[in-house]
Amino acid sequence: MTSATSAKRIDDNNKNDRTNREGLRGWLNPLTYGWERVSYWFQRLTGIFLLVYFIGHVYETSSLVSGPDAWAAMLELTQTVGGHLFLILVIGASTLHTVNGIRLIFTQSGQGLGKPGRPDYPYDPTSVNNKQRSGLWIAFILAAVAMLYGANVLFSGE
Amino acid sequence: MKIFKKDKTKKITNERSLEIERERSNKSTSSSSSSNQKSKKLRIFRINAVQNPNDVPHFDEFQVPVKRWTTVLDALLDAKSYQDSSIGIRYSCRMASCGSCGMKINGIPRLACYTKISDLDTNTITCEPLPNFPYIRDLVTDFSQFFAHHRSVMPFIQNKKADIPDVNELSEYEQSPQDLDKFLQFSYCIKCGLCYSACPTVATDLKFPGPQALSQAYRYYADSRDSDKSNRLKVIDTSHGIWRCHFAGSCSNVCPKGVDPALGIQLLRSHLLGISNSEKKIAKLQDRSNNNSYREELEEEEEEEEK
Ligand code: SF4
Ligand code: FES
Repeated sequence: MTSATSAKRIDDNNKNDRTNREGLRGWLNPLTYGWERVSYWFQRLTGIFLLVYFIGHVYETSSLVSGPDAWAAMLELTQTVGGHLFLILVIGASTLHTVNGIRLIFTQSGQGLGKPGRPDYPYDPTSVNNKQRSGLWIAFILAAVAMLYGANVLFSGE
Repeated sequence: MKIFKKDKTKKITNERSLEIERERSNKSTSSSSSSNQKSKKLRIFRINAVQNPNDVPHFDEFQVPVKRWTTVLDALLDAKSYQDSSIGIRYSCRMASCGSCGMKINGIPRLACYTKISDLDTNTITCEPLPNFPYIRDLVTDFSQFFAHHRSVMPFIQNKKADIPDVNELSEYEQSPQDLDKFLQFSYCIKCGLCYSACPTVATDLKFPGPQALSQAYRYYADSRDSDKSNRLKVIDTSHGIWRCHFAGSCSNVCPKGVDPALGIQLLRSHLLGISNSEKKIAKLQDRSNNNSYREELEEEEEEEEK
């Protein structure tokens, strides 16, 4: 009448991972937990991206020591369509990281999160409010505007 | 009397079995529209990690009867009672008070007794153990590390100069409603671990105390009866401490009791950064050298302020 049906195995290689830690999987899921997790995800991603860009940028400018020709050759790389798209990404990432970073400076020092009070059903947390979230939305809008402006300048050749 | 009891139990069991049968046959004859569905598929994570270290985790599926108010815990207990008694679940109060039944339900950490199946709006309900807690068996996880972090923040009031008129008699420890409101919501924590399992920092850093412990650190820090403020801050001001929180807010989003651990952590950080304006008040309360003179001083100050 009520037989249980055994379903597929999850992962045969994952035999005895008793720790059950989420690890990097915990970072890579921006959609399950609300806007603050989206912010966390983008802040990390843009941070890593900008770090990689910064290292590349130092390498690029260091070509100057090899003379003007080497520098010109390096600049040529950014004059391709791929180079332009990369620079547009850099513009978007730096704008988002900066504006959202300012929001995080405020929130992480307890500003704009509301005050503790007596919790009542349905227990809506005050810290995850639209007031501080609007900082993230503004960051997205500014990043999009900056990217569009950058695309216009780069591709129209002004 | 005993026999009567036994018979009664048996009767209830039979009635329940008949009810399940009836509902199943209803389901098979009814249309397949999800709104009329009287049973749902329950996918339960299975592992016997402690008894059999080489056990391979897998999901078992059960068809369970569902009514309007059926909670995930009800469904799990139904499957355990009538289909597979070996399912491992931990629960106690069934009313979101004990914090034992936390698990990942459809990908989000929730309390099974506080989650109505009708609210989930899916035909398949997937139950997994809470992430970041070591497996014990099936949906039961090991909370030792979580509680160790909780203990590490000294979750008790410390005040050597307590304002107690006569220590040999029981007496009240006075606190104004305003002072109570500063920490009350954080004391509603039921230690269910949902915040700990949702936190992306806990996912990669074993030494990070996690949202529950840090919000409890704030709960005692903000308590006007406590005088061990600087020590409390020292415990969490470490390289794996409070600075690892990046305000992903997931803890507050999953907390079933409105504790809002993310708020507590950021407020605590504001004290560490020295930008909170309640420091003065705390300094006043620390200075309780003589009960009566302290009271008199306080009253004098209040009078002056009123003038
Ligand atoms: S803070 Fe909330 S989610 Fe975290 S353990 Fe306490 S009650 Fe559970
Ligand atoms: S059974 Fe107690 S919280 Fe769910």
